[in-house]
Amino acid sequence: MKLLRAILLRLATTAVTLAGVAVIVFVVIRVVPGNPIAMMLPPGATDEDIARLTAHYGLDRPIPQQFLIWVGGVLRGDFGTSITNRQPVLDLVLGRLPATLELSLLALVIAVLLGGAAALTGTRLGGTRTEAAIDVANGVALSVPDFLWGLVLVLVFGVLFPIFNISGRVTPSLDLPFVTEFYLFESLLRLRFDLLADLLSHMILPALALAIPLAAIVAQLLKQSLKETMHLDYVTLARTRGYGETRVITREALPNAILPTLTLVGVQFTFLIGGTVIIERLFSYEGLGNMAIDAVINRDLPLIQGIVILFAALFTAVNLTVDLTYAALNPRLRHGG
Amino acid sequence: MQMNRRTVLKATAASAALGLAGLPARAQGIDELVIAYNVNLPSWDPTVGASAVNPTLQGLYQSVFDQFILQQPDLKPAPGLITEWGWNEDRSKVVLKVREGVTWHDGSPFTAEDVAWSLARAADEKTGNPIQFIWSTLGNFQVEGNTVTADVVRFEPTIFKWMYFLTGYVLPKAYYEKVGPEGFEAAPIGTGPYMVDKFERNAFVRLKANPNYWGGKPEFETVTIKFVPDAAARVAEVESGNSHVTLEMPYEEYDRLKAGGLTGVAHPISDIGMIFLNDVEPMLDPNVRKAAVAAIDKQTIINRLLSGYGVAIDTLQTPEYDAYDPAIRTPYDEAKAIELLAASGYSPDNPVRFKIQTTKGFKPKDYEMIQAIVGLWRKVGIEAEIEVYEIAKHYELRAADTLAPAAFYNWGNSVGDPTTSTGFAMFGPSPHSVWDGEDLAAMIGPLWGEADEEKRIAGWKAVDAYIAENALVIPLLQYVQPILAAPGVTVTPHASGALLPHLMKRA
Repeated sequence: MKLLRAILLRLATTAVTLAGVAVIVFVVIRVVPGNPIAMMLPPGATDEDIARLTAHYGLDRPIPQQFLIWVGGVLRGDFGTSITNRQPVLDLVLGRLPATLELSLLALVIAVLLGGAAALTGTRLGGTRTEAAIDVANGVALSVPDFLWGLVLVLVFGVLFPIFNISGRVTPSLDLPFVTEFYLFESLLRLRFDLLADLLSHMILPALALAIPLAAIVAQLLKQSLKETMHLDYVTLARTRGYGETRVITREALPNAILPTLTLVGVQFTFLIGGTVIIERLFSYEGLGNMAIDAVINRDLPLIQGIVILFAALFTAVNLTVDLTYAALNPRLRHGG
Repeated sequence: MQMNRRTVLKATAASAALGLAGLPARAQGIDELVIAYNVNLPSWDPTVGASAVNPTLQGLYQSVFDQFILQQPDLKPAPGLITEWGWNEDRSKVVLKVREGVTWHDGSPFTAEDVAWSLARAADEKTGNPIQFIWSTLGNFQVEGNTVTADVVRFEPTIFKWMYFLTGYVLPKAYYEKVGPEGFEAAPIGTGPYMVDKFERNAFVRLKANPNYWGGKPEFETVTIKFVPDAAARVAEVESGNSHVTLEMPYEEYDRLKAGGLTGVAHPISDIGMIFLNDVEPMLDPNVRKAAVAAIDKQTIINRLLSGYGVAIDTLQTPEYDAYDPAIRTPYDEAKAIELLAASGYSPDNPVRFKIQTTKGFKPKDYEMIQAIVGLWRKVGIEAEIEVYEIAKHYELRAADTLAPAAFYNWGNSVGDPTTSTGFAMFGPSPHSVWDGEDLAAMIGPLWGEADEEKRIAGWKAVDAYIAENALVIPLLQYVQPILAAPGVTVTPHASGALLPHLMKRA
């Protein structure tokens, strides 16, 4: 009951958060320099042409009125029409969202696997050169931002040893039988491993670029948590029962040590999604981030608004999911303790 | 394994065989040409919206659609869908002869009705054609056989040039009316050398050769154009062999990759770099303006910053433009610049100060060029403060006439007519101009509707000479477009800057 009340309260605050984001983004992109009408003015435009174009895109009205018109449309599911693409914003954004979600999730899985493996190995081989090497690797991974990793990966695995593809989401010549934009997911469901391989070949480098810094964070935090947990009495008891060190770490220490890491991963996932903007651009990956950059360059106000609102909704959904998962895993939270 | 001469020879032979077998496809026959392109394609309609006036997208449009009149790689017109064009004797009508035997990509016949409809649609302000102000100078379109005639509502000397310029494309009347704008966006058809096979927004477009193209079927049956906006990624694409052709990379990378085995062509295009001068202090002082021009060593800037890839210009016309006059010169002269500034009381110890605005990374070495110019100015007594802004802000400030006293910009003019370079850039009432001098506006005004072509061109040359004499703008250079290609591909560059797959051949 308490959990249900907490969920409802979170949903209410989410709505308020999204409303606040909508106001801020609407106002900010209209006051920052850059007028979309000025950018598309024909060479011989007259004052009447400028006025006509401005009215055509609804930019002649006062900002509060523009906002109310836009909000009214959003509540009816109409996010407006993209100035550059001349398509409904909602269609464009929802069409690109699955690509970004799949990339983000793949990056998250890689980060957790890499980071988890590094943490477990470092804990198991604590005090050895291996642990020291892992610490050094973590430091390097954390120091280098994701877009630099992207450039390194392009150079190494795209040019020097061309194993993977460095642009796009899928090989253009392939015929795709998918009905949704969740290509990776559908290729698995349809057991189309040829398409799965092609998709992964395109996604692995951008996913790695996103994952490496997060993997380092996961490794560092989890290793620290494990080290602290390893000194607790119940772990010592497990050892005295004759359990091997690996079992002590994975079965006894890990379930408790992982909780703080889980929270951090959830928070960091939102940053990871934000990081897709630059990475998608670098790898010409057809996700929301790549579209966002074009929208900003072209001052495509309706599209910028739609993308920002969607990202905000995504972030709040991720945070809510993390909180619920944490509550599910931590009995003390489930029972209000 | 013990190494002896036999082992070494065997290993060498094996390595050579492996190396030959592993030669990338680019050195052998290319079935599907892959191009790494530098921009995304937002919309397929080449006649409406912001995309229609984006010069970088015209190469994509010209692969699928034909313009009314063909523009050759040297910018000169040639018979296209319109085979003959002109005015009647009293210039009250235009007469267009339409090519016969052409089909749309869906197999339906192309007719003069399509031409008339496309022109009428372009002239209709409701359809949102950004160049409607030009197309609306024609009206009352009539079709008789393969001839289209139209009344001249207002005489526009450049009307035929616009038929191979921005938004000058023929679209299919019957198909467009049947499927509507949304249907056309989803499945565009044209009469062009390639048909759209598959399009993924922000990703790629896959084109199939039009076997019935009136200009001859293109060499490559299938062309995939990947949208790769990042320059480093484009370089990696061709270096790895994932793409066969790309454009717009740093000149240093162009030289490196050419030396490394790729082929390339770097050709001057119709894009120019220039510095707008605003009619505000201190630019109202002609000595300051003339000194600013004289103090810039354009050729050295091109040689040092752009690896020699660029052509110094002294007017807003490049050598390919119709009103280019090589006699108009504004040579580099540091001593003259110092003298001019001294006449107005300025010197290196007492410099004139103003702001110069520039983009950074929008054009090759834009910011670095301005840095170099500011350094040259400092030597003669001009202290300029650099302000970096985005191109979007430049457009906004220009439209509001609130640019700084100096502002760097690039200007594209793929049709090469002086109205679309000097005209729009320097005519005060135009929203694109910055210098609002009434004397200049008075010189330019009569040229808009001048019917005598010789007189018109001579008039524009006189305007350019006046501008140069009074330093009302600072032309800098004509850009050179670097194109890299795999050894198996020959690229014919187009002076408009459009990268056209149908001009590419197997080497």
